[in-house]
Amino acid sequence: MPDLRELYQEVILEHSKAPRNYRELATANHRAEGYNPLCGDHFTVYLDLEGDSIRDISFQGSGCAISKASASMMTQMLKGKTRAEAARLFDHFHKLVTGQSPANGNGNRAELGKLTVFSGVSEFPVRVKCATLAWHTLQASLEGKQDTVSTEQPAHTE
Amino acid sequence: MTTAAKRLARESHLADVREIGAGFDVQKVRRDFPILRRRVGDRNLVYLDNAATSQKPQAVIDAISQYYELDNANIHRGVHFLSERATEEYEGARKKVQLFLNAADASEIIFVRGATEAINLVAQTHGRTNLRAGDEVLISAMEHHSNIVPWQILCEEKGARLRVVPISDSGELMLEEFGRLMGPRTKIVAITHVSNALGTIVPVQRIIEMAHRENIPVLVDGAQAVPHLKVDVQAVDSDFYVFSGHKVYGSTGIGVLYGKSALLNAMPPYQGGGDMISSVTFEKTTYNKLPYKFEAGTPHMAGAIGLGAAIEYVNGLGMDNIAAHEHKLLAYATETVSAIPGIRLIGTAKEKAGVLSFLLDSIHPHDIGTILDQEGIAIRTGHHCAQPVMQRFGIAATARASFALYNTREEVDALVEGIQKVREVFA
Repeated sequence: MPDLRELYQEVILEHSKAPRNYRELATANHRAEGYNPLCGDHFTVYLDLEGDSIRDISFQGSGCAISKASASMMTQMLKGKTRAEAARLFDHFHKLVTGQSPANGNGNRAELGKLTVFSGVSEFPVRVKCATLAWHTLQASLEGKQDTVSTEQPAHTE
Repeated sequence: MTTAAKRLARESHLADVREIGAGFDVQKVRRDFPILRRRVGDRNLVYLDNAATSQKPQAVIDAISQYYELDNANIHRGVHFLSERATEEYEGARKKVQLFLNAADASEIIFVRGATEAINLVAQTHGRTNLRAGDEVLISAMEHHSNIVPWQILCEEKGARLRVVPISDSGELMLEEFGRLMGPRTKIVAITHVSNALGTIVPVQRIIEMAHRENIPVLVDGAQAVPHLKVDVQAVDSDFYVFSGHKVYGSTGIGVLYGKSALLNAMPPYQGGGDMISSVTFEKTTYNKLPYKFEAGTPHMAGAIGLGAAIEYVNGLGMDNIAAHEHKLLAYATETVSAIPGIRLIGTAKEKAGVLSFLLDSIHPHDIGTILDQEGIAIRTGHHCAQPVMQRFGIAATARASFALYNTREEVDALVEGIQKVREVFA
C-alpha cells in the first residue's frame, strides 16, 4: 500500500486549511470554472493577464485537501509568470502527479520547486484528477474557454 | 471436484444456510463469501460499500458457473435437451423472484438489466402511452438519478411536468406535501422504497394508498430495499416494483421489473426483436404474451439463474434474521460514529436501512475515503448519484458506509478507528 503521509504532506494539509490567494479578483480579466461533480470539487480561477504575463491570480471554491492545496500552491507559483512558463510548469506538474517524472531530482523538479510535495499523488491514481483540476481550469482560463472544466469522467452509476 | 459433487456440495451448503436461520451466525455467513477473505494491502477487507454493490456468496458464483458448465443453451427455442434445461432453470429463477416479491403470477416478473432499465421501460411504454402535455409525474427529493432522469426525458418529450415531493431535515418524505402535490394531472408516482444516499425507509404503503385514492399508479424503486426488507408487492399494492440483482447478492446485468399484469398487458413493447413476438410477417407482428413481450433478444440467462440462487440464499438465512442483524448493526454504527467529535450524520430518519452517510468537520469526503482505504475499509464518497439530495442539504458530497448481512460489529469498530485516523491526519 502506498504511504498516506506521502499524499497528505504537511505542506498540502496546511494549504488546504489556509489556502493562499483565496478570493475573488476584482481586477480579473480572465476567469474559468472547474467542476468535478462526482467529488463535488468546484473552483473558479481568476486571472489578471497583462499582455503575456500573469499579473495576478486567485481562486475560490470548495474541494478536497488535494484539490484545494493544489489550487492554492498553483496561484503562488504562477504570479508573475508568462503564459509559456505557466504551460511549461503545468506540463511538469502533470508528469509529476502521473508518475512520468524521473524519481530523482532533475531540471523539471528544480523548476517545480515546492510543487514536488504533490509527487505522492502518483501513487494514488484516483486522486490525480483532484491535483490537476485547478491547473486544467487555469489552462481553460488562459485559452479564454467558456465551458466548465472537469477532470473526471461524467458517466458514473451507483 | 466433479460437477455432481459440486451440486451435492451446493445442496448441503444450502442446508447449512437454512440451519443458521434461527440464530444468525455472522461469522458462519461470512465464510459463504469468498471475497471477504481477501486482503487489501496488509489489511483485512472491510467492505462497507454495499449500497453500491453487494458481494456474492459461493452459492451464486457456483450457480452461474454450473449453468455454463452444465446447462448453457439458448432458451425458449431448441427442442434439444440443453435448451430445455436452460429454459427450465431460467423460468425457475423467474418463479423464485415471483415468490420473493410475492407477485400474483410469474408472468408479472420481467427480467431486465437492472432497476435503471426497468424504470426506463416503464417511462417509455406506460409513461409514453399515458402522458399528455400538461400532465405531471410525481417523484421525491431523495430519488437516485435513475428514478429522475427517465422521467425528465419523458416529460420533455411530452411537455409534461416533473414535480418533486420535498424531504425534511432528517431526510423523511413529507407526506402532507405529497398529498398536496398529487392532483388531477398526476399520471404516475415514482418513489424510492429506501434512499441510497440517506437510508430512509419510505412508507410506500401509505403513499400507494394515497395515490390509489386518486387512481394514480405507483412505481416503487426497490433497489436499496430488497437486500434489507421483506417486500410484498401485493400487500403494499404496488403497480410497478423494480430492483437490481447485484445489490441483493446476485450478479450485475440482471434486474427485475414487476408490474401488475393488467398494466403490463396494456403497455406497448419496449424493444422489438426475437422472443417478444408470437408471429412476424412484413405486414404485421403479433406480440408475445407476458412476460416475453418485454424480453426481446436472448436474455441474461446466467444472471437470472444467479439471481435465483441469491434469492434462495437470502431465503435460507431468512429475511427477518437479516433485517434484525442489519438493524442492530446500523444502530451500533450510528451510535459509535456519531459519538466521534466533528461528525454530522446526513439522514437521520426514524426508519432507516443499511446506510450511514456522514460528514467530518470540514474534511472533504474524498479525503476521508482515501484514508479509510489505506485501512482496507471500502466506503463510498461523493454524491451517490443523488445530487438533488446533496443540494437539499447544501453539501457537495458525503462519506457513506453501507451495510450488508455479512458485516460485523468489529467492522464498525474498524470504521470508527479509521475515522479517528482521518481526524489525526487532519488535526
